[in-house]
Amino acid sequence: MNILEVKEVRKTFATQTAVDQVSFTLGQGSIFGLLGPNGAGKTTLIRMITGIFYPDSGSIFFQERPFSALKDSIHIGYMPEERGLYKRMKIGEQAIYLAQLKGMSRSEATRKVREWFARFEMQSWWNKKVEDLSKGMGQKLQFVTTVLHQPRLIILDEPFSGLDPVNANLIKEEIYSLAHQGATIIFSTHRMEQVEEICDHIILMNQGRKILDGTVAGVKQEFKENEFRIGLDSIPSSALDTDLFEVVERQDGQLVVKIAGGHRPNDVLRFFIDRGIGITSFTEILPSLNEIFIKLVEGTSTARQFHSL
Amino acid sequence: MSKIWLITRREYLTRVRNKTFILSTFLFPAVIILFIVGSVLIQTQSRSHARIAVIDANGYFKDYLKGDSSITFDFSPGIDTANYAARGCTAVLIIPVLPQGKITDYRLKYKTQLSLAGTDDLKNRVNDAIVDHMIYQQTTISRGRLDSIRNQSHIGNLHTFEDQGKTAKASNQTMSFVVGYVSGILIYILTFIYGAMVMRGVMEEKTNRIAEVVVSSVKPFQLMMGKITGIGAVGLTQFLMWVILVVGLTVVAQGFLSAETWRTVQHAQQASQVGGAAGRTSEMASRVAKLDSAVSSVNLGLTVVLFLFYFIGGYLFYSALFAAVGSAVNEDPQEAQSLMMPITLPVVFSFIIMTIAVQEPTGPLAVWASIIPFSSPIVMMARIPAGVPGTVPYWQLGLSMLLLILGFLGTVWLAGRIYRVGILMYGKKPTWKVMWKWAFRES
Repeated sequence: MNILEVKEVRKTFATQTAVDQVSFTLGQGSIFGLLGPNGAGKTTLIRMITGIFYPDSGSIFFQERPFSALKDSIHIGYMPEERGLYKRMKIGEQAIYLAQLKGMSRSEATRKVREWFARFEMQSWWNKKVEDLSKGMGQKLQFVTTVLHQPRLIILDEPFSGLDPVNANLIKEEIYSLAHQGATIIFSTHRMEQVEEICDHIILMNQGRKILDGTVAGVKQEFKENEFRIGLDSIPSSALDTDLFEVVERQDGQLVVKIAGGHRPNDVLRFFIDRGIGITSFTEILPSLNEIFIKLVEGTSTARQFHSL
Repeated sequence: MSKIWLITRREYLTRVRNKTFILSTFLFPAVIILFIVGSVLIQTQSRSHARIAVIDANGYFKDYLKGDSSITFDFSPGIDTANYAARGCTAVLIIPVLPQGKITDYRLKYKTQLSLAGTDDLKNRVNDAIVDHMIYQQTTISRGRLDSIRNQSHIGNLHTFEDQGKTAKASNQTMSFVVGYVSGILIYILTFIYGAMVMRGVMEEKTNRIAEVVVSSVKPFQLMMGKITGIGAVGLTQFLMWVILVVGLTVVAQGFLSAETWRTVQHAQQASQVGGAAGRTSEMASRVAKLDSAVSSVNLGLTVVLFLFYFIGGYLFYSALFAAVGSAVNEDPQEAQSLMMPITLPVVFSFIIMTIAVQEPTGPLAVWASIIPFSSPIVMMARIPAGVPGTVPYWQLGLSMLLLILGFLGTVWLAGRIYRVGILMYGKKPTWKVMWKWAFRES
């Protein structure tokens, strides 16, 4: 079942088009990466999915029914990039309040808050105020308030910023476990290594448009450059002149080669075997998402352009 | 609806539990009482006293011009415009010969100006002296007889009543002036205190970025309305606490009054009862009694109800606008200052009109300002104690209340549209023009 379907959504502000004809679908239980440079329109897109903004045109379907901000907001948990909590409100009270705003009853909310506080070892914070917390502690609290009401769709904008590796892992584990329990997660970030690690599916936005959509593995395949790393017991100093491949990099006992079009890895292996050179390893080099990201975004202007209407 | 209630509840509880709220609730009446006691003390101790030297070319003012504790006259010979100050006088009065049948100027030269009332008082005393002099000169009456007639002539006392058809209500101009003035000032102060509180609350939510989390669960309008009603409830609570405290303190203060003061008060009450019984012999007196018995507490009750109405109406009208400003600006309080100008100006103008309206509740400025919703909460409260429907006809009251309701529905609607956009906008401070666009652009 598709939890979310976004169809040709468009949102224009007074002087700029923030989101331009973006479409994608999200299956239940997937972890989805929403990537893009600053000003690509990610936040606007997220705000439309959370019902904060209405799209100018296009439509959004939530659980295969037209999205209704009022009815569906209880099934969505949203943690914005800029964290927001009431500074002078007690933490336990605050978590219960935010859960109640999502539509939970007070007793249900209290029970859930206690449960999550116990899981994150936060019980002793109950009567503290947010202004007494460190940034990382605030982050954990914000995460708890986002997922407390068991949303089916969880939107996390840079969830790990400000967290130490231990706490980042704690939250990462929770994200996996929530996805395992059937929640769908939209994960918006600039940190490509996290996306590679966590996400199944990504879309890349730039200047309000979707420029890439696919699974992490699929995207890597799509952008691979036929480069292989070959370990050799001895590297011939010459006799590598061939139209089979081109040496990109030469290291101690290793060659990085780019196979020319129309040839296969087997041809390369045969080339070395035929010359009696021992092969110790042979791996395909797939581009990192970071490289793909830079390749796609580079060359376009990095900021949204203002235009007069 | 239940979400507005949740937000209202939070806004109310976090503020009422706050130390500042508790402190200000108890300190404000204490400060007010200190202020009143202090100003009474200062007034009783330093009553202004004028000592006026008189240079009289007619020769008779020495006999007729009467001085007392507030003005004394000095007729000592040799006093003139050069040396009156050295002789301990505050002013010198120069009266030339006053021929009959024409008007002649007499002059007052002073170092220290008399009060307005003091000048009137002086004029009356001079006129009385002239009248006394003429009566004594032109009739055969003796001085002693004339003085005793004057002393015995204080036997009438003006009582005013407001005609209410079948009944009539004893009125007290001073009382309605004070009640009107105090109500006007209270609404003025409360509008500012709680309006600013709404604005700060909205700014806090915006700069904390909690707004984005909350508006993903509730509509921006619900968040705004919850805040306005929550803080309004705080305002009402604080106001009620003040009333209870002031009444309580007054009762306690009476317990500390000396026995002598009590005797004086009781004496005065008995005296007035005796006077009433004596007057009941005539038919005139029975009418007086009828009028007196018609005195009811209707006006006080009405004033309180209308005070609550205009307080709530005025608060909703202005706090919505304050919320719109709060949503439009960023952290910088100075940004808020310049956007607040168009909101604070009408409030301040209303206050000025109110000070005029308490003195002249039926003047055209007072009437219209009490109907237009921008100023009606403050100005109407100054007029109501003067009497409904006498001074304030029902149509004016009804129109004013209707327009205030329409007015706050309008400002709440407008503010909601600005708020919805502003709460998620960061960066440059918008102008009123931009905010107008937010309000009226379709989306």
